[in-house]
Amino acid sequence: MTMSRPTMALLLAVLAGLFTFPFYGGEFYVEMMAEMMILGIFAMSLDLLVGFTGLVSLGHAAFFGIAAYAVALISPEYDPANLWLVMPAAILASALAALVIGLLVLRTKGIYFIMVTLAFTQMAFYLFHDTALGGGSDGIYLNFRPEPRLGEWLAFDLAEGHQFFYFVLIVLVLVYGLLVRVLRSPFGRVLVGIKENEHRMRSLGYATFRYKLGAFVLAGALAGTAGFLYAVLFGFVTPELLSWHESGQVLMMVILGGMGSPVGALIGAGSMVALEESFSMLTKHWQLLMGLVIVAVVLFLPGGLIGLPGRLRGLLLKGGGDD
Amino acid sequence: MTEALLVAERLSRRFGGLSANEDVSITLERGKLHALLGPNGAGKSTCINLLSGDLPPSSGQIHYKGRDITRLSAPQRSRVGIGRSYQRTNIFGGFTVLENCRLAAQSRRQRAWRLFTDACALGDTLDKARAVIAEAGLAGREDRIAGTLSHGEQRQLEIAMVLATDADVLLLDEPLAGMGSEEATKMVALLDRLRRTRAILLVEHDMDAVFAVADTITVLVNGQLLASGSPDRIRANVEVQQAYLGDEAPASAVSGCGAPPRAPARAAPPAGTRDGSATCRA
Repeated sequence: MTMSRPTMALLLAVLAGLFTFPFYGGEFYVEMMAEMMILGIFAMSLDLLVGFTGLVSLGHAAFFGIAAYAVALISPEYDPANLWLVMPAAILASALAALVIGLLVLRTKGIYFIMVTLAFTQMAFYLFHDTALGGGSDGIYLNFRPEPRLGEWLAFDLAEGHQFFYFVLIVLVLVYGLLVRVLRSPFGRVLVGIKENEHRMRSLGYATFRYKLGAFVLAGALAGTAGFLYAVLFGFVTPELLSWHESGQVLMMVILGGMGSPVGALIGAGSMVALEESFSMLTKHWQLLMGLVIVAVVLFLPGGLIGLPGRLRGLLLKGGGDD
Repeated sequence: MTEALLVAERLSRRFGGLSANEDVSITLERGKLHALLGPNGAGKSTCINLLSGDLPPSSGQIHYKGRDITRLSAPQRSRVGIGRSYQRTNIFGGFTVLENCRLAAQSRRQRAWRLFTDACALGDTLDKARAVIAEAGLAGREDRIAGTLSHGEQRQLEIAMVLATDADVLLLDEPLAGMGSEEATKMVALLDRLRRTRAILLVEHDMDAVFAVADTITVLVNGQLLASGSPDRIRANVEVQQAYLGDEAPASAVSGCGAPPRAPARAAPPAGTRDGSATCRA
């Protein structure tokens, strides 16, 4: 996973653009960008399963939603919670859920895996939808954004839009860095090996179940990180966050951006939010347009949007040769 | 002074009413190459699958270096030292040759749970990978994408990957399948070299190769062990000749040149080929 120089330069430019974004983007766009980044983390976490381990999950929203509910439920009603407690707790809740669900669903493969992940996320959905646990179908409010309290000291203020934006950006960079390192590690190589040929991995001595479970828990924890931030951003959690709709949405982000690349997942999440926003300004039936874009990408760019530059270069070179 | 590494006793495997293997006993010794012969559907691959742990036996026992391994899974058997290759090339086609072997070597070095080390910084794993690539005759091919190698080279890679797991017992399912004669000669030489420090079970249709390198031959027919012994004894065994070739075939044909077994038998002159070694390249 070594990066070419232009890719590196582009990445740095994008990063610089993001870090300065609050200075030129309006309030509305700062918040939208924060949402893109949060969904980017969510999409990267799913890509670890789909793009790197070969596990197509249709239940990934469960871990997103469980962390979101965890913050809302743990936080006191009339005071801000402590960020340094509530954030790890929310992530841990998702990781634990992923451990338990993973132990069961990873015994299946292929289409059955898709079905049981879907079944589990539906169970989680109805758990919050049909019980009073999290306010039923109405959902639950998070009245105050958590405070980063260390003793009496508050390092920053998440209630302030720009500071929240930077907090999300830093988490995004950390998650990205973590994924890149992990994928380069022996563990990451095992995951890619499982995707490529699980049977052979077993005959080479890898008890693949454990590695898949490790990936599932890590992906669940990262999805939980995104879910936590999402709840803090909107201050409101509903069962819809765990719906299979949401699971499908994040899977589409991964496919749109390009499977098997964390950057692709980020591009997918960003373009999905941007397209949704611009199409909904054009027409009430924006989902039709959205569908067309997805179909077009799948048909003409099987590698996702991240394959676009290479595709264009190929076309240009071919065009040049014809002259 | 031979050391029995793998001892299988009365292994049976039934699929519903079909008995794919019935009471098959086999012993693999260090320094020896044991060939498994039999017509198509005789249960050779099932036998390898039982020994490698890909299939659990319905009954019977398997011991490795004196330890009962009957209940161990495929990954566990690989870890104790039993490596296998596949009849149909089973490699990581999208990876480089080096990565194929590196992954195999890594499995033996218990470092897969290190989440933050660069896999390519683990020198001993890489060294092992390079060494087995050279041993299997693929030096210089390290950075090729495995899927783009020639068929013969992919078969060599299969073997290299098994070697990278430090296996003491090699279960090789038709390593010569589909190879040209030059490639096959190289592979036979490789098998001959590998045998010196390991125990090998070889399933192979190429009779020339089998009779050239095998120390012991076991013949399976309809999932049952028909005969087992030195190449000379197997060649002379009347039951084997009948099972393999039908009653009308000349006795010599067992040492003919492979699948389909009947064809060379008819083509061979009925006399003068009794000396099987004439058709076996040494």
